[in-house]
Amino acid sequence: MDHKVNYLLRLGDNALILSQQLSQWCGKGPALEEDMALTNVALDLLGQTRMWYEYAAELEGAGRDEDALAYLRDAHEFKNCLLLEQPNGNYADTLVRQFFFDAWHYFLIEALTRSSDARIAAIAEKSLKEVTYHLRRSGDLMVRLGDGTELSHARTQAAVNELWMYSGEVFAYDAVDEAMVAAGVAPAADQLRAHWLAHVGEILAEATLVMPPADAWMQSGGKQGRHSEHLGYILAEMQFLQRAYPGAQW
Amino acid sequence: MKAAATAARSAATVARSAADAARVSATTVAPAKAGAQAEQIWAWLGAVPDPEIPVISIVDLGIVRDVRVADDGACDVTITPTYSGCPAMQVIASAITDALHAHGVATVRLHNQLSPAWTTDWMSEAGKAALRGYGIAPPAQQVIDISGLRTNAGNAAGAAPAGPLAAISRRAAIAPTVACPHCGSTHTEITSQFGSTPCKALYKCLACREPFDYFKCH
Repeated sequence: MDHKVNYLLRLGDNALILSQQLSQWCGKGPALEEDMALTNVALDLLGQTRMWYEYAAELEGAGRDEDALAYLRDAHEFKNCLLLEQPNGNYADTLVRQFFFDAWHYFLIEALTRSSDARIAAIAEKSLKEVTYHLRRSGDLMVRLGDGTELSHARTQAAVNELWMYSGEVFAYDAVDEAMVAAGVAPAADQLRAHWLAHVGEILAEATLVMPPADAWMQSGGKQGRHSEHLGYILAEMQFLQRAYPGAQW
Repeated sequence: MKAAATAARSAATVARSAADAARVSATTVAPAKAGAQAEQIWAWLGAVPDPEIPVISIVDLGIVRDVRVADDGACDVTITPTYSGCPAMQVIASAITDALHAHGVATVRLHNQLSPAWTTDWMSEAGKAALRGYGIAPPAQQVIDISGLRTNAGNAAGAAPAGPLAAISRRAAIAPTVACPHCGSTHTEITSQFGSTPCKALYKCLACREPFDYFKCH
């Protein structure tokens, strides 16, 4: 598969899987405001998914559209990072997953606005304001929960410890990522990681949470299609209609 | 190729605001008649309401970016989404097509433009007044502070350490002063950064105690 198509699918798959996960909180958020926030973030991510898929489908030229990419691929064809398919868990689990992702996503999208690929730069420009808002929100909430009650602090710290090993995959570049960096399409990993560590460190400190070591062992494989069992369940629900009634439209 | 160039030259472009004028200044000045046609199209589009907030038109909201009328009467309308996932965009697209068909425009071509990204700066003053009358506080003029977009403009790829960090710093965050649309007091506070639609945040007035929607800067 063409490197750029692959890169675009990774961007789209990250956004789609997280969007699907957040949507499961709809009607079940711990507070009305949080319920709306999660579904609004999910909606932004879904919109961004469509823009990435649309471009990927055009470049691929294989007659697949955004719906085919979302509904007609099996787990091993999805390229999302493992972090995004981790279960919603309790609210701290969902929030920490979101914060780790938002921090990376923000610095990535910000850099992609200067991509050598004009279409990618335009999609990034459209997404940047949304992504900025997402990170401001999840960072604020990290501080509220981390520096909150004994229970909220303990749960948030546990989620940080649990999810930390999934936070490094986005910076583990392979041939696809490196080809995009060489072409000026995507930013290098080291500067993104430096920004991410600095910002995450600042927020965790303010939240009175302990940051795990930056050089800890990290999980990987999602970008190459090697997923945990969680993704299968997510897809089973998301793709149910097209699996039960192939080609159904409404 | 030649035909396309001719069509482009004869296309009518009418700027709607100073910002638009700057953006389209490079395009050919339209003949008076074609300009009048485009002006008419803009007027018709000005009567198409936003599906989520029907007191404001899609033109006042800044969604319509460009209108061109070709020699054969076909109309090209360029629109831009407010938010990537805004579910109203498909409704807006069909509302535009329906409105122009109803006025006798046989061929309507819609174009989606992502860059420059939509901003609440493009909302007209009339639109803001309509929002206020409807009970929604219009965006305060602090888009640059909120988005951090322009702090990095023009930098070489990747070399923007201060800019991106500044936009998300909790300390640098400037909460806009939002006036209550009910009593006018600026003694208000945010309840939630997200409201009933992606474009709104929830506020409450500490003076009159009413909750209200704030159309947030974007």
